[in-house]
Amino acid sequence: MSLDQIRIWLDERLSLGSVSEIARKKEVPVHRHSIWYYFGGMTLFLFTVQVVTGILLLLYYRPSAENAFESVQFIMTEVKFGWLIRSIHSWSANLMIATLFIHMFSVFFMRAYNKPRELTWLSGVGLLFISIAFGFSGYLLPWNEVSFFATKVGTDIAGVVPVIGHSMLRFLRGGDEVTGATLTRFFGFHVAVLPALATVFIGVHVLLVQLHGMHVPRRYEHNHGYMKFFPNFFLRDLIGWILAIGVLAALAALFPWELGVKADPFAPAPAGIKPEWYFLFMFQTLKYIPARILGIEGEVLGILAFMLGGLVWVVIPFINREPEQRRRILIFNVFGVFVVLYIVVMTIVGYLA
Amino acid sequence: MADQLNISVDCVATAKGPCYRRCAALILALFMCFFVHSSSASGQNKNSCVECHASLEGRFGDPARTIHDDVHLSRGLSCNDCHGGDPNVYDQFAAKDPRKGYLGRPRTADIPAFCGKCHNDASFMKKYNPSLRVDQEKEYLSSVHGQLLRTGNQKVATCISCHGVHGIRGVSDPLASVYPSNVAETCAKCHGKSDYMSDFKIPTDQYEKYKVSVHAKALYDRQDLSAPTCNDCHGNHGAAPPGIASVANVCGQCHVRQGELFQASPHKLVFDNLQYSECIKCHNNHDIAAPTDDLIGTGPNSICITCHSEGDKGFIAAREMRARLDELQAGIGRSIEILDRAERAGMEVSRPKFDLREATDALTHARVLIHTSSTAEVDKLAVPGLEVAAKTYQAGIGALAELSFRRKGLVVSLFFIIFLAGLVYLKIRQLESKNLVGEK
Repeated sequence: MSLDQIRIWLDERLSLGSVSEIARKKEVPVHRHSIWYYFGGMTLFLFTVQVVTGILLLLYYRPSAENAFESVQFIMTEVKFGWLIRSIHSWSANLMIATLFIHMFSVFFMRAYNKPRELTWLSGVGLLFISIAFGFSGYLLPWNEVSFFATKVGTDIAGVVPVIGHSMLRFLRGGDEVTGATLTRFFGFHVAVLPALATVFIGVHVLLVQLHGMHVPRRYEHNHGYMKFFPNFFLRDLIGWILAIGVLAALAALFPWELGVKADPFAPAPAGIKPEWYFLFMFQTLKYIPARILGIEGEVLGILAFMLGGLVWVVIPFINREPEQRRRILIFNVFGVFVVLYIVVMTIVGYLA
Repeated sequence: MADQLNISVDCVATAKGPCYRRCAALILALFMCFFVHSSSASGQNKNSCVECHASLEGRFGDPARTIHDDVHLSRGLSCNDCHGGDPNVYDQFAAKDPRKGYLGRPRTADIPAFCGKCHNDASFMKKYNPSLRVDQEKEYLSSVHGQLLRTGNQKVATCISCHGVHGIRGVSDPLASVYPSNVAETCAKCHGKSDYMSDFKIPTDQYEKYKVSVHAKALYDRQDLSAPTCNDCHGNHGAAPPGIASVANVCGQCHVRQGELFQASPHKLVFDNLQYSECIKCHNNHDIAAPTDDLIGTGPNSICITCHSEGDKGFIAAREMRARLDELQAGIGRSIEILDRAERAGMEVSRPKFDLREATDALTHARVLIHTSSTAEVDKLAVPGLEVAAKTYQAGIGALAELSFRRKGLVVSLFFIIFLAGLVYLKIRQLESKNLVGEK
């Protein structure tokens, strides 16, 4: 049976011809800001790396307080190239969050969330929250000292949320304290719940992007070029992905992800416990808020403010219904720059503190 | 009134200061007694002893001022439980009536019995502190202090010298003079004063020496309350200097293994014959420093060479034991150095680092085994320790080799990755040279 015969056989059953026709016709706008289009694809690529390396880690990882640390230690020292897989998984997770942020802010500043792309924005912000949940749940899995206490602090903060805080804390921890039950639960979230959610959200997000095509900023609407997605844009994407593999390999080889010391729930928290860098701006802000403001606990107010900020961010397309108005452009750009600067400055301060 | 005056004068007769001050104090005391008496006619848990003494100056007022901290008072006991008398009446004669069991202030020689009245009585003590021993007086009388007291010496310590008089605090109270971290200072109140101790012809530098000892460092710096202080070696109520024969037993209370090994060693017989104070001979007594490996061997700081000389069996054993310790120490050091280097480079070496603890433990135990004075015994731990150290060193070497392999692998992979990216780039150029990018 020749290759053509296989193609015809599949085409008769899957209508591959129509799919390839769509792919052949797909075009990507070319203008001064086209560079930002690559970050969505890069995020998706890094997510794929996460899936592949995560599955490989699953072959050896044992999700219990007694075995988790030792199993990661085994992966790092005994399993052939286990160190590489684990380090790539950790580095890729962080790079993915970084490219996701870049992608999100590029969409924000290019006002690509406006009609008819509101649902694309919502699914994208949903993916941001899912990715952060991936990071938070995955951080605990090696069951080392730093991850244990960072999870303790993180879930403590969740427990401060008014009304639902305590129930949320118990739900996250599987009890009142961070124990083996928390680890098992986080493992479940990390390898089953969140991947399922991510698959749905990515599916919707990519589908919507195909449906609406790439957004072109108003300024370039009438003076931009275009290129074929296949193969021109895809090959450019491919260069980025190949280079990303190089960067990941270099990071893994030169800065292997540390394992640290096994968590001891009875030991005092070591000094200088910090969350992952993408939580640092919130963590640092909560440190600066006074203990009480107008009779209300400062930490509660801080968390409510972040929740409100998150909500505003989610509904941006519905707040800014006429994004191309000159005054609105100015207001939202200033707001966006403030958010970016706040995150960057507080992250740096938190890192140096 | 005249009688009253006589008693009151008697009360303050020993008070220092000019006559008018005594008179003023007396008048004030009488006034207070009268005032307190009339204002407390209903007698609501008032204590005439405390109230009257509170108005007095100097040592007569001290009991009333310090009694509030007293453990006895906190357990519901009062002045009359020790001194007799009646604290419910405000008439001085009635309060101090010998017919009501008033004993007054005991003489120094009577203090042990005075306290022992209750503290010797098991059934009485059960009501307040069932776990407390009831043989303190008996022990005290067997102590050097007690024996000297019996001979009429008034300078020796009695119960109140260490525990205080009216502000007696429980042993577990950190402010108590007999709390572990305060004991040495309490003993030094007498034993550190050369003029006070001159009659007894004993040294007075124990506290100064103790303060620089390894035991004091543990007690004061690390707040380790199990670290020994004076009473842990000398006893408390039965305080006595340990004799030559009992020194090893005293140290062996904590350093059990060392004590046992020494007792079974060839040194035991020699020390006994030469009347050496076993442990003290090498480690000193009050200024015991943290032992180092320099104490053993044939080096200039070695203790061994004070008795052994070149060529004798002990000299050879000391040299060999020291060599083993040095070898193991160096092996561990080499392993730590290479594992740290690998760790700093990002390699995962926590397992060999954990394994290395076995060698460190072996070194610790080998250091204890020198009390056997036998190289063969030291070898029993030093040799396996050396094997562990060698294994962990190899693990470090392996980690560094793996690091080198990773870096070389990275260079090769980066070459292929860049090459592949270059190929894709050329493919793009090739495609776009044929099919130019369109424009809308």
